[in-house]
Parts: sequence; C-alpha cells; structure tokens
Amino acid sequence: MSGTFLGMPGGFPANAAEAVQDSQLRYNLRKATHTIRDKRLRAVAELPDWQELRAAGAAVKDHTLRHLDRYLEQMEAAVVRNGGHVHWARDAAEANRIVTGLVKATGESEVVKVKSMATQEIGLNEHLAGEGITAYETDLAELIVQLGDDFPSHFLVPAIHRNRSEIREIFLRKMAEWGRPAPENLTDEPAALAEAARLHLRERFLRSKVAVSGANFMIAETGTCVVLESEGNGRMCLTLPQTLISVVGIEKLLPAWRDLEIFLQLLPRSSTAERMNPYTSTWTGSAEGQDFHLVLLDNGRTDVLADAVGRQALRCIRCSACLNVCPVYERAGGHAYGSVYPGPIGAILTPLLRGMTTEIDASLPYASSLCGACFDACPVAIDIPEVLVDLRAKAPHARTERAAMKAAGWVLDSPVRLARAQRLATRFRGLAPKKLPGPLSAWTDTRDLPEIPEESFREWWERDGRA
Amino acid sequence: MRVALFVTCVNDTLFPGTGRAVVTLLRRLGCEVDFPAAQTCCGQMHVNTGYREEGVRLARRFTEVFAGYDAVVTPSGSCAAMVREQYPRLVRPGSRGAVAVAEVAPRVYDLSEFLLDVLQVDDVGAYFPHRVTYHPTCHSLRGIRVGDRPARLLRKVRGLDLVPLGAADECCGFGGTFSVKNPAISAAMCADKVRNVLDTGAEVLCAADNSCLMHIGGTLRRQRSGVRIMHLAEILAATEER
Repeated sequence: MSGTFLGMPGGFPANAAEAVQDSQLRYNLRKATHTIRDKRLRAVAELPDWQELRAAGAAVKDHTLRHLDRYLEQMEAAVVRNGGHVHWARDAAEANRIVTGLVKATGESEVVKVKSMATQEIGLNEHLAGEGITAYETDLAELIVQLGDDFPSHFLVPAIHRNRSEIREIFLRKMAEWGRPAPENLTDEPAALAEAARLHLRERFLRSKVAVSGANFMIAETGTCVVLESEGNGRMCLTLPQTLISVVGIEKLLPAWRDLEIFLQLLPRSSTAERMNPYTSTWTGSAEGQDFHLVLLDNGRTDVLADAVGRQALRCIRCSACLNVCPVYERAGGHAYGSVYPGPIGAILTPLLRGMTTEIDASLPYASSLCGACFDACPVAIDIPEVLVDLRAKAPHARTERAAMKAAGWVLDSPVRLARAQRLATRFRGLAPKKLPGPLSAWTDTRDLPEIPEESFREWWERDGRA
Repeated sequence: MRVALFVTCVNDTLFPGTGRAVVTLLRRLGCEVDFPAAQTCCGQMHVNTGYREEGVRLARRFTEVFAGYDAVVTPSGSCAAMVREQYPRLVRPGSRGAVAVAEVAPRVYDLSEFLLDVLQVDDVGAYFPHRVTYHPTCHSLRGIRVGDRPARLLRKVRGLDLVPLGAADECCGFGGTFSVKNPAISAAMCADKVRNVLDTGAEVLCAADNSCLMHIGGTLRRQRSGVRIMHLAEILAATEER
C-alpha cells in the first residue's frame, strides 16, 4: 500500500488521544454513526434470511478467492472479447505508472473521478498531480475532502468528520480555485450545499474526456464491472467521457452475474441502510463505445491470500457497517488509523496489506477492545476480532511489555507462585499506591484501583471453603 | 453432578467475594462444588495481547486441570468465551491438545448458562431489595451469547428493581490491555457507559464479569458517584438471612 496517506503522524494511541479531545469531531461522528447504526439495524431486520444471505456472501467470496487465478483470467478474457484492455499492476507504483501512461496517451491533463477506495489506496491523485494531471473528485463527500485539502475518514461518508457549516465554509473558500465558484449567498442548508456542488460538478462532467473509477464488483463470467452509488455523479463519469480507466483490486471478483443477487442486497442495507442504492451502473468492456481500460491491482492482496487467518479480510465489500458500529472508531475518527482504510476493517486490512514495520501499522491491531460489534455487523461475516488477535501475535512488542508479560505468564503458570504473589499483595495492601507507575499509570489516570482483599479466594477455600 | 469452579485469576486475586458467592449459590441449589487448586488463569490476557506462547501454556494447564468434570462453572462470560471460542484456534487440528479442548470446552459454562440451561432454575431463592441495572458485557453478549439469561435470573430476585440501561450493548471500553494501551479511547468509552449508568438512577451496577466492572467501577469511584458494582453471583447468592 502506498505511504502517501499519512493522516496524523505517530501510533494509533497518540492519534486517538488527540482526536478524542476534539469535541466538534466527537459530536459530528457520534451523530452520524448513531443515525446510520440505527437505520442499518432496521434495514437488516426487514430480511428474515439475513443470516443466510450473510453466509452465502461469505461462501461466494471464499470460493472466488480460492480460485482467484482462474476467475481473473476469465475476467481478462471477457473484457478483451468485449473490446476492452486489461492491465496487471503488481503494486501501487505500477498501477500509478499504467494509469498515468493511459491518461497521457489521450493528450488530456485532467480526469474526473468516481469515488474509489483502490485509487486512494495507491495515492493516484497525488501521483497524477506530480505528472501534471489534475484529478477531480466528483463524489460529493470526496469533493468536500478534496476542496478542504483534507483526508477522507470513512469509506462511505468520507467527510463524516465535517458538519454542514464547515462544508459551507470550505465551498465558499475553495470552490473558485478548482472551477465554478460557490454562490456568494450560500447557506448551510443541505439542499443549497448540494446545489452548489451540482453546478460546480456539472461543468466538470461536460468538459472532461477521461474518467477514472474503481468498481464494487467484477463479474468474471461476463467481464462486467459494477459500481453502486447514491448521487448519479459516478454514472456521469462512467458514461460521458470518451476514455474510462477502472482500477480494481483483484479481490473484487464474483464468478457469475447471478451472484450479484446476494451482494446487491448485502451492500446497500449494510452501508447506507437502504433496500436498494439509487444508482447501479454496469459496463462490459468497450461495449458502450468508450475506450475502456481495466487495471487489476494486487498491491499486497496475494500476500493476504496466503495468510490462513487474515485472508477472510479480502471478502470485504467496503460497506463500512463495522465503522459505524465501532465504539473506538466513533471516538477516534478515521484519520487516527493513518490509512485510507479506517475502523475495524482498516485495523486488520492495513497491517495485512502493508505489514507492521511502522509505528502506526504495528499499533493498528491493538486499536480495538475486541467487543465484537464489527463481526456481528459484517455482511460477509469477517471475524475481525479473530484476525486482530492473530495479528497481535505477529506484531512487534516493546521490550518492557514483553518482559512484564513473560513475568506474568511465569507467575500464572504455577498455582504456588500465584498464591505467593497474592499473599504478598495482601500483606502490603495498606501500601497500595493510588497512582500506578509507568505504562500502568494509564489505568489510574481516570480510574481508581480496586481494593486488594484481605485474602484471596484460594486462601479462603483452603481454610473454610471446602466444608 | 461433579461441578468444578473456575474462579478466574482476576476473581481469585481481587474479587474473592464473587467466588464465595458462586460456591454459596451452587451449594444452595444442591451442587457439589470442587475447586481444583491447580487452576490459575485461562490465558486470555496473554493471547489477546499477542503473547500466544504463554497463553497456550495456560490453556494447556486449564484443559488438564478441568478434564473429567461434568461441568466447569465460571463467573466470567469473557473467560468462558476464551475457552469455548478461542481455545480451538490455539491447537493444531488432530493434535492431542485439540482432543483435550474438544473434550473440556463444551462443558465450560458461564454462571447464568449453568443455572438456566443445566440446573434449569430461574428462581434461585435470592433476595436483594435494591434498584439494580445490568451491563451485558461484550463477551457474554457477542462471545458466548448468553442473551437475556442474566436478566431472567435477576427478574426472579425478590425485592430487586431491575432498571434498563441505555445503550447497554455498547462496550464499556475495558478490553483487557486495551484499557492501558489506548487509555484515552478507553476512558471516553467508559465516560459514556457511566453516564448511562447514572441516568438509570440505580444503586447497583451489576454484570457477569468483574474485569469490566473493575473498569466501570473504578471510574464510578473516581467520580465519587455513589453507585456500587456487584457481580451477578453476589446478587443471586444474597438471601434474607445473609
């Protein structure tokens, strides 16, 4: 994964500790996540076979991943048969190089973009900028993020950390730099903000010759790409420009058209809590007369596939249900995760894709209380807590922590040693400090310690309990 | 029925009253209770913090110590979840360890499961004339899925006024070592939990896991809130006589 997405520097605990003090952010996130959380519960409750759908979604994804080599070649053949071009990108650098070359070949210096996680993952916009090509985001929330010179903090609602008065301020200040300015009398009414964005974007759509997208699904059988969206801006990009370049992770495949039946139920209900999303666009090669290029992106995915526990993360359909139910995400916000993939799925996907060699990546598996709400919400049944625990075993551990855990393990591995430690604690219970030293001070900063009892349970049992 | 008590390291060391309450309660209900003295810890802290080797050693001890009992009862949904959900992942399929886990894990019950599913009692003869709210801890709720078992038991306690807790299914922010590795988020989560507890007007916050209660209770005490914490077992063990 590209290192271009930095978010905040430092590990997750430091990022989160800073974010949690931002009361505006806390208010925005709490309101947004709780609203969508409750709506999702209602949307899911409407389907009596939700658990079966969930199991089917997981099974189809697992099957596809097991035979990914075969389905990828099937996809490639079908796209080519329909007049499209297929490019294989091993990593972010290769994908960026391919897309840049394709855009330059058209002679254009600007592209419009459909909201896409994959292109954010590889840092495409930044790379194109370095090559003199401007990428214009057209998803409303991505537009807000781009105009605000900001980072997205949520898959589905990238500007979830912004409220409407902040958005108004960004539009007034920045729209003119990028194209049609915002009306001077712009209010923070949602309809007025949407209209300003609509006028701004409409000019862009009519002018642009090249579009870059991702895809929610690829159908190997027919060579079809599928994008689900709410605004219709994606469809503008997918249909108006002469050249369409789609950068899609190799795990987005489904074997057959009929598999969409499952996922077109799972995804909208889990992400926007809708029975059906407003726009579903499908296209097959250059069948519509466009010049179409599909860039198949690996960028660490085959490594994840080799991980017996972690590979379930590749089932992810980027619905963001896990973000919306996560008590940690709700308080830390998306930026604290230092990746385009925040929240519970990001806490596993980011270290799986890019390893745990940096401070932030090594801290991500610990960015969870293992409460399990994410697993219950996941429409493809990714056992996120299981993967988190597995990654923790592989993460680098600080030397002092390792020493302390080894010592604790040694005491706990013997009832004699445990009893001795308990007696020691009991004897000196009057001397127990109100504040703990070192890293344990994190406990006593906000919490009192429990009183140490006069005797342990096992002492009581030995004396009186057996009776 | 030969019932073994797995008291857990946290209860053994810091909350012995909970262990004593389980013994009192089970004996009152006619069980013969044994406390295998070789027991220590289920290994959850080590496994969940990334120290699998130490965790596996403790898991092996657990399966050896508790082999051969009809039932192993523990006053911790979280430790029961560790044994039932996580132990099978720690062993190689087909190994001796896997056989030992398959043997013991299904017979490990959280207290409320044991009372309702095995002994099939919901009225345990308890008396506790106080206003109580119940926090269903994450691993009870989403790990072993005890559902409304604790509430069913509490509703049968004479004198007890059970008041619903707002946003009850949200994590309190304990999460084992999460509470010290991400203290800012942990404290922020607990602040919301505590607000919901105080909103109920309850005198007592009850849960089936003392580790979560230690975290919420530590915050309640720091705030001098006057709400006390009690394990489910202690309420169920209380009678008019004592």
